[in-house]
Amino acid sequence: MMRLRLWRRDLVCQQAVELVTDYLEGELTRSDRRRYEAHLAGCPHCTEYLAQMRKTIELTGTLTPDDLTPQMQDDFIALYRQWRADSPTD
Amino acid sequence: MDSGTDAQLLTALRAGDERAFVTLVRRHHDAMLRLASSFVPNVAVAEEVVQDTWVGVLRGIDGFEGRSSFRTWLFRILVNRARTAGARERRTIAVGDTEAVSGTEAAVAASRFDGGGSWASPPERWIEEVEDRLEAGKLAGFLRTAIGDLPERQRQVVTLRDIEGLTSEEVCSVLEISESNQRVLLHRGRSRLRQAIETGFGRPS
Repeated sequence: MMRLRLWRRDLVCQQAVELVTDYLEGELTRSDRRRYEAHLAGCPHCTEYLAQMRKTIELTGTLTPDDLTPQMQDDFIALYRQWRADSPTD
Repeated sequence: MDSGTDAQLLTALRAGDERAFVTLVRRHHDAMLRLASSFVPNVAVAEEVVQDTWVGVLRGIDGFEGRSSFRTWLFRILVNRARTAGARERRTIAVGDTEAVSGTEAAVAASRFDGGGSWASPPERWIEEVEDRLEAGKLAGFLRTAIGDLPERQRQVVTLRDIEGLTSEEVCSVLEISESNQRVLLHRGRSRLRQAIETGFGRPS
């Protein structure tokens, strides 16, 4: 009986964009990774798309946390002191 | 005191160092508030959840054995409390992974491909433009808005993975979702962010 895989044609772009996260996460099977990379080799648009997904992740990672306002910092100090005061262990 | 690992700060906190507590709070507050906000209807409730979480941390600190990272432990406490608060506010039942990641959501709109699945309207270029804006500090606000616009479960996963830098295993543990759901949500969230940046800054190639 012929295996399904032999019937599968090369990836098209619409399928390739759905594989990007699995590719970046290292979760593609070896054969799917080969098919994806073979598609990239012949497709500048999907290559650009992958670069953009990598850049998107990188940009998200540059976001720095907002700092506490002085008021909120005071609230947390009060919360801590209250806990210390209530804490039976000291 | 702003330096030091979470583990060092935790040791100091156990010894009764108030500054260590404040440093830990400052370090994690923004992420906690964002994560809490995705479970509850408004910022005021999210702030209560965060405060409540820190009370839980102080109470439970002697029981924390360091088998998971402090951050994973912290976010788990937060998510539990946020789910409870969210359920109370919405009068609905909090769900974890029983809520299936259902439906189909394409990474790229089908209209951008031709009948054979090849790009008809290929990705517009934006990497160079965005780097200029990043240097000028103009991109952060745009990205925060785009992340805020994500559906909540995608926002949770993207926040923890790509802003906070948790591993996929840690995210699954914090949100109590399966590995495969985590990946689907991450894929959809990142794909939406890419599209938002393209819509905002792209120019036809």
